[in-house]
Amino acid sequence: MNLSLEWMLQLSIILPMLATLAIVATGRNPNLREAVTISTCLMLFYCVINLYQGIIKGEEISVFWWELLPGLQVSFAIEPLGMLFALIASFLWLITTIYAIGYMRNHNEVNQTRFYACFAIAISAVMGIAFSANLFTLFIFYEVLTLSTYPLVTHAGTEDAKKGGRIYLGILLSTSIVFLLLAIVSTWFVTGTLDFKPGGVFDPNVDKAVASVILLLFIFGIGKAAIMPFHRWLPAAMVAPTPVSSLLHAVAVVKAGVFTVLKVCVFIFGLDLLSVLPTTQFLLYLAGASVLLASIVAIRQDNLKARLAYSTISQLGYVTIGALLATSSGVIGSSMHIAMHAFGKITLFFCAGAILVAAHKSKISEMRGLGWQMPITMAAFFIASLSIIGVPPAGGTWSKWFLLMGTIETEQWALMMVLMISSLLNIAYLLPIPIRAFFPNLLANNEPGKEQALPTFQIQEAPLPSLIAICVTTLGCLILFIYPQPLYELSTAILEYPGLAHGK
Amino acid sequence: MLTHLPILQVIVPLLAAPLCIFLRRPPLVWLFTLIVSSLAFVISILLLQQVMASGTIVYELGGWDAPWGIEYRIDALNAFLLLIITAISTVVLLAAQTSISKEIPKEKHMLFYTLYLLSLTGMLGIVATGDAFNVFVFLEISSLSAYALIALGKDRRALWASFQYLIMGTIGATFILIGIGLMYQMTGTLNMEDLSTRLPEVAQTRTVFVSFAFVIVGICLKLALFPLHLWLPNAYTYAPSIVTAFFAATATKVAIYLLIRFSFSVFGLSFSFTTLPLQILFMVLGLSGIFVASIAAIYQTNIKTLFAYSSIAQIGYMIVGFSVSTVTGLTATLLHVFNHALMKGALFLALGAVMYRIGSVQLSQFQGLGRQMPLTMAAIVIGGLSLIGVPLTVGFVSKWYLLMALIEQGWWPVAVLIVLGSLLAVVYVWRLVEIAYFKPQLVGKESVKEAPLSFLIPIWILVMANIYFGIDTRLSVQVAQAAAQSLFGVSP
Repeated sequence: MNLSLEWMLQLSIILPMLATLAIVATGRNPNLREAVTISTCLMLFYCVINLYQGIIKGEEISVFWWELLPGLQVSFAIEPLGMLFALIASFLWLITTIYAIGYMRNHNEVNQTRFYACFAIAISAVMGIAFSANLFTLFIFYEVLTLSTYPLVTHAGTEDAKKGGRIYLGILLSTSIVFLLLAIVSTWFVTGTLDFKPGGVFDPNVDKAVASVILLLFIFGIGKAAIMPFHRWLPAAMVAPTPVSSLLHAVAVVKAGVFTVLKVCVFIFGLDLLSVLPTTQFLLYLAGASVLLASIVAIRQDNLKARLAYSTISQLGYVTIGALLATSSGVIGSSMHIAMHAFGKITLFFCAGAILVAAHKSKISEMRGLGWQMPITMAAFFIASLSIIGVPPAGGTWSKWFLLMGTIETEQWALMMVLMISSLLNIAYLLPIPIRAFFPNLLANNEPGKEQALPTFQIQEAPLPSLIAICVTTLGCLILFIYPQPLYELSTAILEYPGLAHGK
Repeated sequence: MLTHLPILQVIVPLLAAPLCIFLRRPPLVWLFTLIVSSLAFVISILLLQQVMASGTIVYELGGWDAPWGIEYRIDALNAFLLLIITAISTVVLLAAQTSISKEIPKEKHMLFYTLYLLSLTGMLGIVATGDAFNVFVFLEISSLSAYALIALGKDRRALWASFQYLIMGTIGATFILIGIGLMYQMTGTLNMEDLSTRLPEVAQTRTVFVSFAFVIVGICLKLALFPLHLWLPNAYTYAPSIVTAFFAATATKVAIYLLIRFSFSVFGLSFSFTTLPLQILFMVLGLSGIFVASIAAIYQTNIKTLFAYSSIAQIGYMIVGFSVSTVTGLTATLLHVFNHALMKGALFLALGAVMYRIGSVQLSQFQGLGRQMPLTMAAIVIGGLSLIGVPLTVGFVSKWYLLMALIEQGWWPVAVLIVLGSLLAVVYVWRLVEIAYFKPQLVGKESVKEAPLSFLIPIWILVMANIYFGIDTRLSVQVAQAAAQSLFGVSP
């Protein structure tokens, strides 16, 4: 194929949309339907890889679609941060689809066609967010993402699912309509443009009070970043089937949130302006509180998915902190953390789903000794936990390193403490799960009789497609530790964009 | 022929109305009405093209010079409204025959079409004419036929609703007449153009103040502006579905037009907004309308009533835009007039389809309809999203302009209230969505099928328009802006 990069960009948004139609059309034949999904994933990934190579060569790729209102364009341009996000999302979509085939069929889920169709729309929206050239385009796809994932969250159709969906849609839609839209309109009014520009669009002499308020509106408006107090939707959305939770709520939706935060901080405000705004400090502490509180809540959860959900909230706080620190290390750490956390968390969710399918367990207290029944899954869980905690040999090490550097550079000692304590808390809520799974007697209460209560386990792993997916993402965690260069280069390239004053 | 377009716009449906009675056979009458309405639609397109190309069209009725004779004046504002009314009327008519076959006894079908055309004539006349008294005449034509149309409803409560509307509407019309009479007393003219030059000379007299008050209150009654909205929910609920769809999309828009025409053109901007405190008054009324009506909508169990209250809330948005009294504010109002016609047309037609299949539009009856009538329910969801103002639907476009207008003036608190108001729309739309998609179908309703094509086609034309004009806003924004600018005397 000899397509221009501009076409590749458009295809990466249009392909999943078209796939939706094909999925609905082939809905009666599940194998054909999944073939459509998988081939779309592959084509999408091919496009994104091509784009990535183009970006490395330093080509400028941008596409203009149409002008919705005078001055408000729907247009796309690729910069390193968006590229990074698109790479992760498209790759993990492929893996998740493989995983989902195993999960959905073994779990006898209903309405699988709707599931795959909405999934494809959501990915299309994610690509749109990643490549959008201005806030307006981003906002459109942001809303599309919210609405297309609603049927996924409420997939089960039960009373619980309905309630979860209500919270999900309620928080995401209202924050975006009330705060984000106001923030965008005000930005448009103050600066006259919504384009993402290196160094920001605000005039350096802009009224600090106005800019501070707009920043507040942005951070609260991007509900997908799950900063407390607007985090409730994330645990609520855990009623969704596990593949949805893993891709959308560990990768696509939440990452779309923090990605938007990063974009706004770097390309709308600019790091120079951001660092002098009076509300930045307040928001930093809010994000810090979000990190700590969510970790503490996570410890108290017995439902595995709920624990992971709170862990996600806490990790998203890291990314927001990195963005708001407004230094190069902070931004590099944040963008790397988007990738690292994506791989780590998706593995954890995959494992949770595998445990549900193979062993029908969702409570952590029931998982003692499970390691002998599902050794691969639990080993993967262990490695992914290490990545989330941020210790070698897993990728999370690097991003946490840069984030800590960022706090030290800016002398935010309180935040540094928060990050350290949170890492300890991560250990406390993640590691006991694999440890108990492999050594059921080690951490058990020393009550006599409990040891005998454990049944003997036979190896009974998750379905093969799911297992493959788990292995791939686990390997990803490890590879990102050994070979983080491409990621690091992309992250630094964000800052080397012409016009950014902040050097290293 | 082309020079006579302004009068043809009004006279074609007027002459066609009595002919319906002679045709007698319902399918034939329906086809005839549809053709007449489409003809009116074509005329309005031609008019709009002419206006956008060469400016205001002035047509002297019978060749008598204004201000003695009656003058028809079509500028961008009029042409825009004419286009909306005829377009909606035509699309709605596509579904009329199917819909009324279940809601109106067969022997009354020809009467229905006669009244429909008369009502259409009235609205077109109000918009096309440049003569204040003529406005009143057409207002009565459209109102009287509207009372009768509403009374055709299957439910006996339609009679009561129609009577309520009759009382309120007549008071409104009388107020307008008194106002026009007082104007005539002070200036000796009824021509709007003439009035606008003569009124300033006597602007500081009490009579003009009183006349202004009568006209505005009268219009607000027709407009169903909170707190003068009491007639609207019942009228919309119990009228035949087609009538509701037609009126919800057009009738209040005509009243908005009158409000703009009288306060901007006839009395003039400085009189309406500087001498008199119209700004703060309408701001407060508009905002309270948005909140009171949206909250009332949340508690409705009849979906037609629910969307009727939502209409009142949407009128609130238009009024808030109007009260800003800047070009952007007025553009927002006019855009919302256009966009709201598309949303409510689609929504009420879809409700008509549900009425056709189920025979009721109670909330509980929607259980399981997401599966049984997927296309109709999808239309309601998209229409609902448009009401909320989600990007890529028309609702977003008008909200964007409204927010811009408010922020331009630095009215931050109002902007915040506006977005909060649209959250209430999320609540009432989603109540319906949850029932339709998450509840199993009712016992005994398993055989309910998707609506017939004669419904689906017009519904989806409107739904597509909701999306199309949310993406390609050139037409609506351009015309609305041109209209707003000409009202402010800014050359475009």
